[in-house]
Formats: sequence, structure tokens, C-alpha cells
Amino acid sequence: MPWLLLILPLAAAIIIALVTRKHGNVSAYISVASVVATFVVSVILQLGGETDPHSFTWVSAGAFELNIGLQLDALSTGMMLIVTCVGALVHVFSLGYMEKDESKGRYFACLSLFMFSMTGIVLADNFAMMFIFWELVGVSSYLLIGHWYTKDEPVEAAKKAFLTNRIGDFGFMIGILMLWGMTGTIFFDPMETAAEGASISHGKMFGIAVLCLFCGAVGKSAQMPLHVWLPDAMEGPTPVSALIHAATMVAAGVYMLARVAFLLSFTEAAQVIAWVGALTALFAAVVATQQNDIKKILAYSTLSQLGYMVMAAGLLASDAAMFHLYTHAAFKALLFLGAGAVIYACHHEQDIWKMGGLSKKMPLTFITFAIGTAALAAVPLTSGFFSKEQILAAAFEGNKTLFFIAVIVAFLTPFYMMRLFTAVFFGRARTGSAEHAKEVPFVMSLPLLILAGLSIVAGFGLVAKMVLGEHYPHAHPPGAVLAASLITMLAGAALGFLLYRGKTQERMPIAFIRQKFYLDELYIGLVRVFQDAVAYLAKLIDTHVVDSIASRGSATTVQGLGSLFRRIQVGNLQAYAFLFGVGVILIVYLLVFA
Amino acid sequence: MSILDIIILLPLLGALAIAFGAPARSTAMASTGANLLLGLVAWGLYDPSKEGFQLTASRPLVNVPEISYAVGIDGLSLVMLLLSVIVSFCAMWMAPKVESRQKLYFISLLFIAAGALGAFCSTDIFFFYAFHELALIPTFFMIGIWGSGENRVATAWKITIYLAVGSIILLAGLIAFQSQLSNGSLTFDLVTLQERSAEEAIPARAQGWIFLTLLIGFGILVSLFPFHAWAAPAYAAAPAPTSMLHAGVLKKFGLYGLLRFTPMLPEGLETWRNLLIVLLLGNILFVGLVTLAQKHLDTMLGNSSVMHMGYVFLGIASWNAASGEPIGFTGAVLLMFGHGISIALLLGLCGKLRERLGTVEFDHLGGIGKQVPVFSFLFGLAAFAAAGLPGFANFSGEVMVFFGGFQGYGGEGFNSLQIATILALWGVVISAVYMLRAYRSIFLGRRPDDLNASPDIVFTQRIPCAILAGALLVIGFYPRLFSDLLSF
Repeated sequence: MPWLLLILPLAAAIIIALVTRKHGNVSAYISVASVVATFVVSVILQLGGETDPHSFTWVSAGAFELNIGLQLDALSTGMMLIVTCVGALVHVFSLGYMEKDESKGRYFACLSLFMFSMTGIVLADNFAMMFIFWELVGVSSYLLIGHWYTKDEPVEAAKKAFLTNRIGDFGFMIGILMLWGMTGTIFFDPMETAAEGASISHGKMFGIAVLCLFCGAVGKSAQMPLHVWLPDAMEGPTPVSALIHAATMVAAGVYMLARVAFLLSFTEAAQVIAWVGALTALFAAVVATQQNDIKKILAYSTLSQLGYMVMAAGLLASDAAMFHLYTHAAFKALLFLGAGAVIYACHHEQDIWKMGGLSKKMPLTFITFAIGTAALAAVPLTSGFFSKEQILAAAFEGNKTLFFIAVIVAFLTPFYMMRLFTAVFFGRARTGSAEHAKEVPFVMSLPLLILAGLSIVAGFGLVAKMVLGEHYPHAHPPGAVLAASLITMLAGAALGFLLYRGKTQERMPIAFIRQKFYLDELYIGLVRVFQDAVAYLAKLIDTHVVDSIASRGSATTVQGLGSLFRRIQVGNLQAYAFLFGVGVILIVYLLVFA
Repeated sequence: MSILDIIILLPLLGALAIAFGAPARSTAMASTGANLLLGLVAWGLYDPSKEGFQLTASRPLVNVPEISYAVGIDGLSLVMLLLSVIVSFCAMWMAPKVESRQKLYFISLLFIAAGALGAFCSTDIFFFYAFHELALIPTFFMIGIWGSGENRVATAWKITIYLAVGSIILLAGLIAFQSQLSNGSLTFDLVTLQERSAEEAIPARAQGWIFLTLLIGFGILVSLFPFHAWAAPAYAAAPAPTSMLHAGVLKKFGLYGLLRFTPMLPEGLETWRNLLIVLLLGNILFVGLVTLAQKHLDTMLGNSSVMHMGYVFLGIASWNAASGEPIGFTGAVLLMFGHGISIALLLGLCGKLRERLGTVEFDHLGGIGKQVPVFSFLFGLAAFAAAGLPGFANFSGEVMVFFGGFQGYGGEGFNSLQIATILALWGVVISAVYMLRAYRSIFLGRRPDDLNASPDIVFTQRIPCAILAGALLVIGFYPRLFSDLLSF
């Protein structure tokens, strides 16, 4: 039964790719059917509590084996529920959003491939399997970002995303290999038993191994310094941004950290992880305040929230991280799909200053987007409020400096969201496309409504406990945390609203922030110098040094042979064969008999 | 008579038939197609639970020293046999229209196929060597006669000199090897040699220099750094089916040889391991960077093939006779198969691209994916496979090689093998960069206005591509099909 979670989406992807790809609608329904079915299976699994599916050997060498096996515990089945639920809603939304796309079959095949890959990460019971699907997720992300492949920007963004992730995976694999050496296993459960002993006997190297592992999360969850791919990935279709680049795939890094939380507790290296998360959260929130593209703002917001989660994981509060991952999946998917609805209605306009006044034209989108914004800004009683509380509480207990950073982020978040919200929905329509915007069809607003409902109720203890099980964090945050959270939320939202109400463009453009601290430019420069220039140098050495020395060397050695060859015209097969035969026999004779 | 005899003979009979007037292309396809089926039959007949060589047949030829025509397969040679029959058949099928001397063209190709099959199936090292020579000679011709580019004759000479030197060094090493195990009666029989070396190992000093000789001899044939300069120009100049057969199959001969002989020379490897590691890092990192700087698809593919040999060498370098499991060797074999198939597919498609557009220079290409979706899909598949993505045979090989490199890591500092493994992991990033760059600059983005329109791959040509892609996927999804066959 749990294997269906892997088989269904893979089968859907294969059937679409081989049979139905030219029939867009059929392909779409196959894909939607498979994802809905996996959601049902996930629910049954969560209720039924099946725990021991068999695993099988994928490849072996003597007694060494790499396995494909499923780990069914509260963490994985809860995550599965989140992934399939958001996945199903995004699939349905795509029916409307991608309706007129000429490559609909390919789009849905890739979505199913993604669901297959993501499921593999979530259910893996060992690192080898997780790595396999980790890479596959990278592939499906590449294919989906580059869906509109005749334009240059999506294609470049896809390549950038894939390669940046590969850099992270470089560290990930080293970490896996090191931990395999230290604990003697790649399975999560036995590794948990062996972790403490390994941390004692290997000390510093153990910490390095954990940090290498963390590199994988840095790539996939777009933490600094490998964050650069995620904002660019917004070139892909908006439902893809919602599913992959907000709710699920980018959360895989956080999920992995939660999976190996037992490793983090034994090493100082966890501090590094917490700091990386906090700095990413701050950096991204600052950059988000200056972006004009609605999807870019949401992308930086995603970075920032992922930073929160990674920080919590580093502070050994992985339950808080998972709680926030879960609520974030709901409200960020909602915000992205809402943005998708807005973009769809405004004929693919994405600049928030070219919108305006949409609240009356798209009331349903307006209300649901407002709920999403409230959840992200952590308005009390929305889901985001409860989970952010837990993260702030973890920081408050763990490290006061990190708590201070987290509070600043908590202020910036409602600020940039209010800026976006005011510019898009209030005031007057500033362009013709905003003027003529209409509410989206039902197939698109239905997922918005469901996600809006989830964004509110997901944080309530009863619901959260059903999804997260034993990983639902019970701690009651101290009063100081509550106060800080409320004050920053109100201050940020008020400031955002007052500053940008009725404005038609950015009031105080700051180029340094708008250009993302010029980090992209820095990276491009580094690649030019260290990769392309060095590669060119290597090519020169190869043609002018290695080749000529080796050719000349061997030419002199076989001068006799060479001059013999040169007498014969190229094209004379018999003479060649004869000569080789004679040569072989001669040498055998000399060496053996002489 | 063994089924292996038939497999080796069929291409030669095909060549004979063509020489006597049979239609060249269809005879070549028929004989290699039959061979593909026979290869699958041999796989079915092979019993993985038994030790040693199976499906054997032997005919003594010379008594002193003992040389006999002897064939047989174990798991390792079975995988190589399957690789050979698959690529041979697809290479014949994907051969473009031949303008001149069509008979000789296909005869040469069949000779390459027969030579490779003979080398992998021989259990007598004299024939092991001789069959490989048989396959090399037509390779030189094909580049000289049907090759492309102005320097094709010079390139033909270059590869001839390199590989002839490699072969001679190899021969010296093989003879030295068997004379060390003479025990009073000289023999070229592999099984006897294996038994003798198991009974009484060759003295460590002799192991050292024999291994070095074999490493250099085999290494030149596999384009081990710094003896790799022949490979990229040769693959760029050779007709597509020739480079498919050479890069895909024949080049694996050297690796196959090292996998055969290293277990009999464990102390030789021990002595020269660090040298081998330095050289293979030259393949992975140095040639990897060279690959990045290429501006033409054909030379890029040629260099990438050289680079990926480094990973197989890494698997070989991780051999540890004293302890542990043969993880690195298993990875090496899987990778040889995966690389052979994927590079054959890529080179075959590269040939078709040149046919269609007249150029394979990246700067002149772009955005043709919309016109040729099937072509684009197949190329993307092969490029992803070559870049080591899961789902393809190459990935399973690479992962096993990496685990092999870290076998026995105790949690303290790294030894040279582990450092090499880490650097090789960085190479995976490099190969993703050049493969994605190539794919992007040919198929994706905007199409230059001056680029001619071109038709997609015709249906019949999709079949060999699908066979190659299918082989990559089957082994990629379930590498155990092969890893269970192997024991070292």
C-alpha cells in the first residue's frame, strides 16, 4: 500500500510521456487522478499506522548493499500528507492556469515526476535512497522551471537552479560518505543509535560531516550562500512556484535536517546551521522590501521563512521547524496561487506597481490573499502565528542574538507584505491590464478557498497534532516572545500600509538592496574568473603542452615502427593487418623464445 | 562449440558475405541484430550462482607455450558482451548514408564489433590481445577514409601511433606477467594463470613493475591522463558509428583488462596507487576543465568521455584485496556500461546533428528543440545520463565508485583515496555544467535566424536510440541486474 505513493506518480509520468503527451487534457486528468489518489493513500496511512513495509536491494557488491526502503513514522507520514495535499490543490489549479498552454502534456508529466521524486525523499529510510530522489527532485525542478524553453530567461534560470543545487549536493554526498564511515550505516534508525558514540570518538570530524550534510540542505532549501537560484526560479509557471519553490521541494532541506535531528544534538556544528538560517532570514527579508515583481517578493519571503526553519533546526528545535514548514506550506502555496490568479487576470503582468485596485474586481482572490498575508505576517489565530511563536521561543531560549535577528525579520515580514498587498489590491488600477482584470474561473479559486481555510485552521492544536503527531511542539512561549511578536507584527503592517497607501511607485528605491547586495554579479564574476578562465588555460595547456610532449615522446619511441608505417598508404587493409600480425608474432617470439 | 563462438563469428561471417556481394547495410544490421538476440540468450544461459567462467569452449593451437583459442564468460565479461552487442547493433543502424566504398565501410565496422566481442569473451590472453588488435586496425582506416575535418589523416596517424605504442607496452606487460607464473610450463590460459597466482602470488617487486607496465599499456588505450590527447580529436574526426563503437565499446577493453589483472597484482596496485590516483584526477579535473572550454559538440563529447574514464579508474584504484567488499569494482563495471551506452547515443546524435545542420559549433546553434522535439528529448536523456543523474546506469556506477573510495574510512583524516573521491565528486559538478551548457546552447532558448530548418529524427532511426536509452534506464532503475552477476 505505501508503495503506491511512489508507483502512482511514476506511472502517471511514464504514461503521459509515452502515450498521451499530445493530448493535453487527458494527460492533465491522469496526473490529477494520480495525485488525488496519493493524497487518499497518505490519509489512510496516517490513520492506519502501517509501519513495516519491506525494502529491497537496489544494488550490491558482496555484502555491501544500497537499499530502497520506506520509513513510515510520524515525521514522514505527516510530511507526506502536506506534500500530497498541496500537490493535489496545485494540480487542480494548474488545470485552469495552464489550460491554453501548448505543452500541457509535458507540464503534467513533469509535475508527476516531481511528485514521485519528492515522495522518495520523504519516505526514504536511508541516505542513499534519499540522495537518489534528492537528485531527481533537482531534475524535475529543472524541467519545470525551464518549461517555456524557447525563451532565454527560464532556460538560464533552470540551469542555474540545477547547478547551484549540484554544488550543495557535492557537500551532501561527502557528508553521507563520512557518516557512513563513522557509524557504519546509511540507514537512519541504526545511525541514530550509533550517532552518540561516533560524535564522542570523532569529535571535530563528526561536526564537519554534519556540516557537509547540511550543504545539501543549503542548496535545496536555498540558504545563503546558495540562495541565488530560488528568485530566478520564478521564471517557471506560477503553480510550479507554489508547489515546488515554496511549499514542498525547498522544504526538503528542512525535512532532511529534521530527519537527522539526532545528529545535530551531538555537535557544536548545529550553531553554524542556526546562524546560516538566521542570516538568510534577515537578508531575504531586507531584499524583499525593495522588489517590484510580485513573485520575486514572495520568493524572497520564502527564502526568509526557510531561514527561520533552518535556524530552528540548528537550535535543536526541529519540531518547531517542522511545524512552521507545515503551516508555511499552506499559506505560501495560497499566496503563490493567489499571485498566479492575479497574474493570470492581468494578462501576465507581474509588476505590483502596474496593478492596483484589484480588491473589487477579484473579491475572492482578494479575500483569500488577505488570509494568506495575515498568516505570513503572523496575525493571531492564523496558522502562521502559532508556528512562528514556536520558532521565536526556540531562539529566545537558545541564543539571544539570534532571537533579536528573528524579531527584526518578524517586523520586516508584515512590512513588505503590506507593501505588496496595498499596491496590488488597493488604490486605482494603474494600467489597462489591471483595469480589465476579471475574477478567475472556479477551478482556480477552489484551491484558493481550500488553502485559505487550511491557512487558518492548520495552526490549531487539534489539526496540527493530527498531521504532525508526536512532532507537534507543545511548549508555551514566554510572555516576552508573545509581546515581541505582536508588537513587531502591528508596527510592520502599519508602517507598510501608511508608507505605500495610494502610492504609484517605490517611495525610496535603494539600488544596493534592490540588486540583492550585488551577490549575483559577484558570483558571475567568480565563475568567469575561476571556472571559464581556468578552463581556457587548461585547454591551452592540453593542446600545446600535454599533446605535443606525449606525441613527440611516443613518436621517438616508435620511430622504427612509425617509419615503417609511413611507407604504406592509408587505405591498404591487407598490408596493415599483415604488418600487425607480423609485429605481434615477432614480439612474442623475441620475448618468449629468445 | 559455445554460443560465444557464434557471437564472435557472426560479424565476421557478415563481413565475408558483404565482401562476396551481399547488400552491405542490411547484412551488417542482420548479423549484429542476431548477435544482440544471442547476447540476451547468453545472459539467460549464464548462471550467476556458479563460480568461474561459463559457456566455455576451447581449441588448443600451440603446445609450447600453451596457446589455445578459448572462450568463456563470467559476470564481468557478460556485462561487456551485452554492452558490445547493444552498441554494435545500434551503431550499424544509425550509420549515415555512405557516399563511397560502402562495402568496406560496413566490413570495417563489423571487424571492430567482432574484435571487441572476441576480446571480451577470450579466456586466453593471447587471443584477448589479438582480438583487440583486430578491432583497432579498421578504426584507423575509418578515420582516414570516411572521417570529417581537414586534419583527419593526421588524426588517424595520431591515434595509430598512440594506440600502437600502448598495445606494444601492453603486450610486453602481458608476456612478463605470464612468464612470472610459468611454473615450468608457459601458458596464456587465463584460468590457469588465475589459479597459479592464487596458489602462489607473484613476488611484490615483480608485481610492481608488471602492474606499472600494464597500467601504462591499458591506460594509453583508455586515454588515461596524460596519454589522452588522441581521444577527443579522433572521436571528432571519426564517422559516427566508428566513434560510437570505439568510445562506447572498444575503449572499455583497457579497463576490462585492468579489472581482470589487478586482483592478481594486488601489491602492484598498492605500490602504484598514488600514481594512479594523481593520473585519474588529471582525467577528472584537468580534462574536465578542458571539456568546459570546448566550443564544438564533438570535441566536447570526446573530452567528456576521457574525463569519465577517471571515475572508472577511481573504482579500480579502490580495489582492496585484503579486506572489504568489491564496491569500487562493481561501480566501475556499472559505469563502464552506462558510459558506453550514453556516449554512443550522444556521439550518434552528434553525427545526425552535423548531417542536418552542417555544424556542431555551439555559437552557431540554438533553440532547435521546438523543431526537433524527439531529437531534443533523446539528447537530453543521454546528456542527463552522462552527467550522472539517477535513473540512468551511470549514476549507479558513480555512487558505487564513491562508496568504494570511502570504504574503510575510520572517521579521522582522509587518505589519498578519500581525497581523490572528494575531488572526483566535484567533477560531477563540472560534468553537469558542460552537459547542461551544451544542451542549452543547442536545443533551448531563442533560435538564431540564420540557422536552417531541419527535420526531426525519422521513426526508424528512433528505434536504435530507444534501445540505447532503454538500456540506460533499465540498468539505472535496477542496477542489481548486473551487480548480482559480478564477483571478484
